[in-house]
Amino acid sequence: AVMRGVPQLLSRARLVRAGFSASEPVLAVQAGILQPDKFTQTFVQIRGLKSSKVIYQAPLTAVDIADSGKQLKQELEAIVGPGNVSSGESVVLQHGQDEGPHPGKSPDIVVFPSSTGEVSEVCKICTRHNVPIIPYGTGTGLEGGISAVEGGVCVNVSKNMNKILQIHQEDFSAVVQPGISREMLNQEMRADGLWFPVDPGADASVCGMCATGASGTNAVRYGTMKENCLNLEVVLADGRIIHTAGIGSRPKKSSAGYNLTSLFLGSEGTLGIITSATICLHAIPESVAAAVVGFPTVQNAVDTVVMTLQCSVPMARMELLDEVQMKACNEYSGLSYPETPHLFLEFHGSESEVESQTETVRDIAADNEGGEFQWAVQQEDRTKLWTARHRAYYADIALRPGCRSLTTDVCVPVSALPDLVTATKADIAENGLIGPMVGHVGDGNFHTMLLFDPADPEEFRKCKEVANKMARSAIALGGTCTGEHGVGQGKMALLEEQFGKDGIDVMRQIKGALDPQQLMNPGKVFSRN
Amino acid sequence: MALKVLVGCKRVIDYAVKIRIKPDKLGVVTEGVKHSMNPFDEIAVEEAMRMKEAKLVNEIIVVSCGPAQAMETIRTALAMGADRGIHVEIPLDQMDTFQPIHVSKVLAKLAEQEKVDIVMLGKLAIDDDSNQTAQMTASLLNWPQGVFASKIDKTDAGLEIIREVDGGLETIRTTLPAVLSADLRLNEPRYATLPNIMKAKKKKVVKMKPADLGVDMAPRIQVVSVEDPPVREAGQTVSDVDDLVAKLKDKGFSSA
Repeated sequence: AVMRGVPQLLSRARLVRAGFSASEPVLAVQAGILQPDKFTQTFVQIRGLKSSKVIYQAPLTAVDIADSGKQLKQELEAIVGPGNVSSGESVVLQHGQDEGPHPGKSPDIVVFPSSTGEVSEVCKICTRHNVPIIPYGTGTGLEGGISAVEGGVCVNVSKNMNKILQIHQEDFSAVVQPGISREMLNQEMRADGLWFPVDPGADASVCGMCATGASGTNAVRYGTMKENCLNLEVVLADGRIIHTAGIGSRPKKSSAGYNLTSLFLGSEGTLGIITSATICLHAIPESVAAAVVGFPTVQNAVDTVVMTLQCSVPMARMELLDEVQMKACNEYSGLSYPETPHLFLEFHGSESEVESQTETVRDIAADNEGGEFQWAVQQEDRTKLWTARHRAYYADIALRPGCRSLTTDVCVPVSALPDLVTATKADIAENGLIGPMVGHVGDGNFHTMLLFDPADPEEFRKCKEVANKMARSAIALGGTCTGEHGVGQGKMALLEEQFGKDGIDVMRQIKGALDPQQLMNPGKVFSRN
Repeated sequence: MALKVLVGCKRVIDYAVKIRIKPDKLGVVTEGVKHSMNPFDEIAVEEAMRMKEAKLVNEIIVVSCGPAQAMETIRTALAMGADRGIHVEIPLDQMDTFQPIHVSKVLAKLAEQEKVDIVMLGKLAIDDDSNQTAQMTASLLNWPQGVFASKIDKTDAGLEIIREVDGGLETIRTTLPAVLSADLRLNEPRYATLPNIMKAKKKKVVKMKPADLGVDMAPRIQVVSVEDPPVREAGQTVSDVDDLVAKLKDKGFSSA
């Protein structure tokens, strides 16, 4: 029997849970499979279709209807206040789309809690209604991590929970809420001689950076989020609040219990919502020098990097820009660098340390066919020198106005970098694509900005193919399919390749233990089975 | 020939703070609110430091007028490299009536007492946006002024200063001594590092009162009221172009 005009359920989620694909234009409802609720039961009673298959047509956008959607909204409003619950079109649209190239799906409702207690109650409500929970920080991710693929409630923890809870100068640590971004934290501490060095491209939420295991340009010296997080306050799907290293704990090291902090770092919202992070701070370096040097080939540049690391020079930043990227930077910022691979370097330390480090690296670069070694100490001169690197992304977009970029992210042992870069460049050329490269070469991590016309699905497909091939090669070379951006949706298949079935199954078991109803950010990192 | 510089620093509400008006509508809430050094004063201190590093200047004295907490601002300047500080104490309850005219008189007196060659200030403070102190100080001292400086160079006869003005950039030459005020593009200030913060604790800071300098504190300006900017009204969606034109006419934006 076909029924038209039947109001569709708020829980597109519920249907997916029952095993129906949310992307099919026709949704099949089998009486008895869905969890009993007022709608299904009534329907079955009226039609007496206890065990028949009923098909009804429904458009895919979820719409608030008489009972279950309204009920959920009311319960949420009772916790966070009516002004902090929204299902307005532009609000949900914004909360489903991050800064990556993949189109996101909007959640059904967005809530803005003001405390960890409220987050806990929100999770309890969602659990009771069996509705997905998607944590949201600044929405600056690149892998579709916030896309509400099964609908549900997006929990925006950054809008109202935006305090720096503690700064401990002498212990070099701070406790922050999700609304604090890394630049906000650094502004706050700028007069105290401290800084938080992890610097991904975006001004991301520090807690969000914990969720994705983020990293930045100075990981080679200061580490990634994983090395700079001491403790996390996490709300689980069932509303329990835990502290991963102990309640209020912030020692530099600990052997107490399982390392839950490590578990949640990089879990991309699939295990719980991070409501505060205890992070490590560092001393602002006494002296900073910047240098730029060009090389005939990528191999020369990487050899320079390897030798520098072997000499234990404590480099703060080592960035590789390939010749395509240099051309883009020249055109965009009006510079005149030779169009060859370049290293952008930064040295931190006392004045004498910086001087001696610079000398050492200048010599190593010269030994490896390095060109002119430009360097600067003054703040503005360093800024000017690094302009090319800072504006790299915009320079790439400007190469083809109107295009978007599929930004890849792989990480391999440093020795494997030249081969991977060469193979990738060949692949890009073969597919007729433009793909400038920027690499945190000290970590063996590099990004290609594969440009595509958003109106050309074939070109996007080619970009994805090149990206996947690159990730597979990286895995084969002993690396990883994602160095810093996370898996999100786009790399789930690659994760299976990297870990093998047993590895992923262990992840599934852990998720099953902490999130039995599969509510936390569904459709990310790995599939259900 | 090394010069002596007096740098003025003001403790203001941090630029990132959301300002709230006091219930009596005569000022803004300052209690419990984060304060920091006026950003233009940071630029002034930085410029003095660069002159010192270029061996043009051999002593930087930082002065701040304010309550006890002004010491934090002085310590920040000392951590950036200033040599010693002067704290002109103004009790908290007198801060509301302490105005640029008083600051100028204090700075002029100190400039004479300390026999400085350059008084370096920020072009304005971000709390009152007055942009008066440098000019009035120069006038009281009868010294030349180079305000809104975006570049300062030493010449044989004195200084060459490039100023940011509405029409573009103006280059002037002054003799010394002179009063200068820093504009945004003069430099990018350094951060205070932990070792320097520790060293700063040992640098000398002298305390005094305006009366010690013969400055009378009677206010010349009375703040009548402080109000929030008007709340943004909701927009109106128009149905078509004719509707839009009619509305524009109604609101007086179109006379046709």
